[in-house]
Amino acid sequence: MADTTIPGIKPLGKEKFWLGILLTPTVIGLVFGVLGSIVATIVLSFVQWDLIQPPTWVGFQNFIDLFTNTKFIKAMTTTITFAGLYVPGVVVISLFVALLMNRKIRGISIFRTIYFLPGVTSAVATAIVWNMIYGRDTGILNYIIEFFGGQPVCWLCNENALIAVVIVNIWGAIGEGMIIFLAGLQSVPRDYYEAATVDGAGNIQKFFHITLPLITPAIFFQTLITTINAFQAYEYVYMLTRRAGGESSVPVVVYSIYRNAFNYFNYGGASAQAIELAFIVIILMALYFWFERRFVVYD
Amino acid sequence: MKISTQKTLLDILTYAILIVGSVIMIAPFLWMVATAFKVPADQFTKTLIPNPATLQNFNVIWDKMPDKAFPHMMFNSFKIAALSTIGQLLTCAMGAFAFSAVRFKGRNLLFTLLLITMLIPSQVALIPNFIVFGWLHLIGSQWPLILPAFWGGAFGTFLLRQYFLTIPHELAEAARVDGASLIQIFWNIYLPNARPALAALAIFVFLGNWNDLLHPLIYLPTNAKLTTLTVGLALFQTQFSHRHTVLMAGALISIIPIIVVFFFAQKQFIEGISLTGLKR
Repeated sequence: MADTTIPGIKPLGKEKFWLGILLTPTVIGLVFGVLGSIVATIVLSFVQWDLIQPPTWVGFQNFIDLFTNTKFIKAMTTTITFAGLYVPGVVVISLFVALLMNRKIRGISIFRTIYFLPGVTSAVATAIVWNMIYGRDTGILNYIIEFFGGQPVCWLCNENALIAVVIVNIWGAIGEGMIIFLAGLQSVPRDYYEAATVDGAGNIQKFFHITLPLITPAIFFQTLITTINAFQAYEYVYMLTRRAGGESSVPVVVYSIYRNAFNYFNYGGASAQAIELAFIVIILMALYFWFERRFVVYD
Repeated sequence: MKISTQKTLLDILTYAILIVGSVIMIAPFLWMVATAFKVPADQFTKTLIPNPATLQNFNVIWDKMPDKAFPHMMFNSFKIAALSTIGQLLTCAMGAFAFSAVRFKGRNLLFTLLLITMLIPSQVALIPNFIVFGWLHLIGSQWPLILPAFWGGAFGTFLLRQYFLTIPHELAEAARVDGASLIQIFWNIYLPNARPALAALAIFVFLGNWNDLLHPLIYLPTNAKLTTLTVGLALFQTQFSHRHTVLMAGALISIIPIIVVFFFAQKQFIEGISLTGLKR
């Protein structure tokens, strides 16, 4: 990752000072912005504090409470279900689209632009349209379903809201995944395929024996990024499932952290939730890197 | 002969799937545009061409909101996104230059540490940051949204470093022989040669800030003088839940700057993503 063989100019005399200046923002961000925040959040998770009264030390109570807090358990299961649907959805669909686009056909740039559009536009703006598309009685989606003889679906009701939100999130993430996979596919040397053709390999054999192994770095990277995003997904949940009173029918953990801290002023409890979220993400990352060492091929 | 027929069939299938996919990707945008130009009475009609077509929704959202909220909030979004972009370009380029072109003790350790922070969910920093900005009496101002852009960041530093590494190191060494200082090499060689990567990062940062909902929601009062377009649109959605044509006009105006930037800078954008994803 950090390559020791990278050459570099040696700072001379007074230039050590300038090197310090160059690194100052990064170090401040690292020490105060990230590392300091982690320590602070850990400390905060052991206190009860509304920022007005002085904080009181409660030990592990915030964490113990989380195990019996049905709202938080719901939030955790929602987040994990969300990630379980979203991550494979994004990775598989964007890889499929990239494979199609990597066949030498015309009009690639137009397709690429169209598929990428949802990823650059704000989730808040597109959620406003999706809210209308998903409308039970007035939405275009149910109109189409009924046109083909189906029964209308209450998309944003409790039992369907999670799926509806996952669909919109995948819709918004395909473009970026597609670009990563396209770049990976284009880095596969052409002569590998030519050699395989000479040896009499078919398309399916070529895919499983050449393409797939050689794009494992892209698959690994995209899975990693998508997982991180899955545990931070927030905007569509806020925009599509927030009800009067502020509760959500798809209460992901980030939403729960936001509610606890900034609506209920329960900063200690919210911090404990943030720590638990980070803990799960870190475990997953460790698992991914373990997989990477066994299965990812770098040349 | 047989192979070419097979190829033609595959091509047709490829086009068919890509076109169906394109329709799904673009349909919400078409629906947004169609609804924005419909008269309020037609808001639920299922036609793509508004008949009659009207501009009144744009007039309502732009001019008729209390305190002329919409243009104010749009300006706030622009200001925050632009200042954050400047901050990120400057500070990430500084760090990236040190990590890619300068030799110093602890370089790999510091860089690895920075990379690891990319894996930690940013919500962990949310509450302590809020408390610190509270101590500084900055809650309710736009500073908490702008200042953090000036302390670098893993993503931007990583992206620029990857690009800086492609700049031949001989350039810096030749300049060194001619007596150029560290800062001169940074400013006169690395920055001008990294324009595509800087452009890519600028777009990422601008979009990220323009589209951000969580941070303005936490730090800014819901007041048109201070808050951003995303918070405003979220608020309008609850206030005008039955005026879809007006809402769509607002959503459309809010994404037009993004779409314009995207069309002009698509190449940099896509290269930027590939840059972060491929090389390690």
